[in-house]
Amino acid sequence: MQSMKRIAAAVAVAALVPAFAVADEAPIKVGVVSFLSGAAAGPFGVPARNGAEIMFEMLNGGKVPAPYASVGFGGAKLQMNLVDENGGTTVQVTEFRNMVQRDNVDLIIGYISSGSCLGIAPVAEELKKLTVFFDCGTPRIFEEKSYKYVFRTASTATMDSVGAALYVKDLRKGKIKSIAGINQNYAWGQDSWGDFELSMQKLVPGVKSATSQMPKLFAGQYNAEISTILGAKADVVHSSFWDGDLEAFILQAGPRGLFKRSTVILTTGETAMYKLADRIPDGVVIGARGPYGPYAPNNELNKWFSKTFEDRYGVPPNYAAYQMAQAILGTKAAWEKAQAANGGKRPSQDQVIAAFERLSFESPAGKVDMAIGAGHQAITETAYGVTKKVKGKMTVANVKRYPAEMVNPPDGVKAADWINNGFKK
Amino acid sequence: MEQLAAVLIDGIIYSAWLFVAAVGLTLIYGVMKIVNVTHGSFYALGAYAAASITGWALRSGMPEGLSYAVLLGAALLVALVVAPLIERGILRFMYAKDEVVILLITYALFLVLEDVIKLIWGVSPLFIAEPYGLLGSFDVLDLTYPYYNLILVGVAVVSGAGLAWLLGYTRTGKLLVAVIHDTEVSRAMGINVERMYLVTFTFGSLLAAIGGAFTAPTVSVVPGLGIEVIVLSFAVVVIGGLGSLPGAALGALIVGLVRSATVHYLPQAELFVIYFVMAMVLAFRPRGLFSLAEARKI
Repeated sequence: MQSMKRIAAAVAVAALVPAFAVADEAPIKVGVVSFLSGAAAGPFGVPARNGAEIMFEMLNGGKVPAPYASVGFGGAKLQMNLVDENGGTTVQVTEFRNMVQRDNVDLIIGYISSGSCLGIAPVAEELKKLTVFFDCGTPRIFEEKSYKYVFRTASTATMDSVGAALYVKDLRKGKIKSIAGINQNYAWGQDSWGDFELSMQKLVPGVKSATSQMPKLFAGQYNAEISTILGAKADVVHSSFWDGDLEAFILQAGPRGLFKRSTVILTTGETAMYKLADRIPDGVVIGARGPYGPYAPNNELNKWFSKTFEDRYGVPPNYAAYQMAQAILGTKAAWEKAQAANGGKRPSQDQVIAAFERLSFESPAGKVDMAIGAGHQAITETAYGVTKKVKGKMTVANVKRYPAEMVNPPDGVKAADWINNGFKK
Repeated sequence: MEQLAAVLIDGIIYSAWLFVAAVGLTLIYGVMKIVNVTHGSFYALGAYAAASITGWALRSGMPEGLSYAVLLGAALLVALVVAPLIERGILRFMYAKDEVVILLITYALFLVLEDVIKLIWGVSPLFIAEPYGLLGSFDVLDLTYPYYNLILVGVAVVSGAGLAWLLGYTRTGKLLVAVIHDTEVSRAMGINVERMYLVTFTFGSLLAAIGGAFTAPTVSVVPGLGIEVIVLSFAVVVIGGLGSLPGAALGALIVGLVRSATVHYLPQAELFVIYFVMAMVLAFRPRGLFSLAEARKI
């Protein structure tokens, strides 16, 4: 009887061994950081969180279309450790340390604010933790320093600003005498306006900057700024406002006739164009920080992602959701490339980093190349269009696409130098 | 000429918004000696209630012209329900404590109310833009302004004048003035100070809620709405002198006009100009422009 028990136990253990081998050890703990509160939560943080939720669930279930059909990352399931980005850079640095040192996450994907990214990048380097920025736009991160552990899978503000300048020059057939700007007074707003102003000066020689307004982040009241811009009578008005500031600006600028008086460019306008469809007239130039949302390509991944997202949340994914999905898929591609090179075994962090550098991968927004920033910074194509109501529904018309190499600087060249040199390759 | 007119108009509109947001704060400090951080929560609650109730009423077929009354009604609802709850339920047990402790308690309540807002309304933005454009626009030289901005100025004037009348010409107001000057003597003279506190807190919170409700049509109503307002309101009342009604009015006017002039003539300085003005005022008048003389009790 005793020997029968031993045999049964041995059989049970033998049955379990291959199961553990297939399940590939412990799950991969991924810190995900996005605005869950504050003014940026509604238009950016929550859609990005929702994008992460869908991707984690679908990847763990092996339900994502090719080339991402395998479970999780290389067969290991993903476990999300969600953190709120609200509260400022100091709070974020503390939260980052907590995720790395207390929660022992394997990697971190996150950050919408350029301020957060500038604060987190050196800490990621100090703590030697793979960190993938999914949205923040300031080009300074890889221009001012090189990082081993930090990657960014979305293009920088340079692409948005150069694309906007190219588009508006075409739209107005070069007839632009003056430009004006209203941008938030921190890295993102300053860099966006700087690149746009410089690009316009190169593309339309002699163009004047009538005024550059830089209200503080989350100011909310823009009457004086709008008066100044109206008074400046600029042909083109550029704004990289995002979150509640963008929505407040649209609500306040519309009744004051700004959209009729000037060609207004909203480089992040895609996040507000459906919600405020009845407040945005036809002809406003809308950006989506890349080929996202209405500018996303008609590929299988995009069809799957936009349908899955809309079925779950009742609204189409905006660019923040696309960028989150892009960051997760990029990390998966790097992880699995490293795992394949490692003979199918779980890769080390250094192996994942080596695989991530200069990686090309597919996303719902098309091809992404980790081409600049010594292989740590992505470039993508981008697109712009103008608002047009069709049967009462907001759409974009006159869409123009710009290849990645046309709107992003070459590797190792600072955005301002590249623009100053006439966009030379 | 056009720019100067724009500076004045923009400055007055901004001042009006600031005054409505800040005057309740100075009233509550004057009477209760509480630096009330929950003031920002009432501003946000007023905006949320106004956006959701007005939005619902318009969708239900209410004539758009009535939306202004609904904005006011939403602010009243918030103040009459939430303010007494907080004052009677929490603050009244804290009056004996140090001012700094009460400040921390109101800050804690502010954080709690932020989460309550998220629990009730979520984090997606609310919009109620209809009242903003409903009345049309007027032109000053080459600039267009919605008439709605005049409503904001009107709300500020009515709030300030109403409060001045209340304090100067009504029995309740005179009792409040007595409490402002000396709580202990007022209590000894038979004034129901606890009741005065309740009335003051509710009325002060109502003013904040009105500020939020009438700002809602011009902004995206999102979590965190009250934070910016409470910081600016403190700057205004500190410039004017904590507890002073004329001080709040003058503080709002100074901040509004200086900010407007800066945006028009020196936009790169906009970020710090309000706090620069505050620092300058405090350097020369550490208790603000209209600080009240305090009698020494011993």
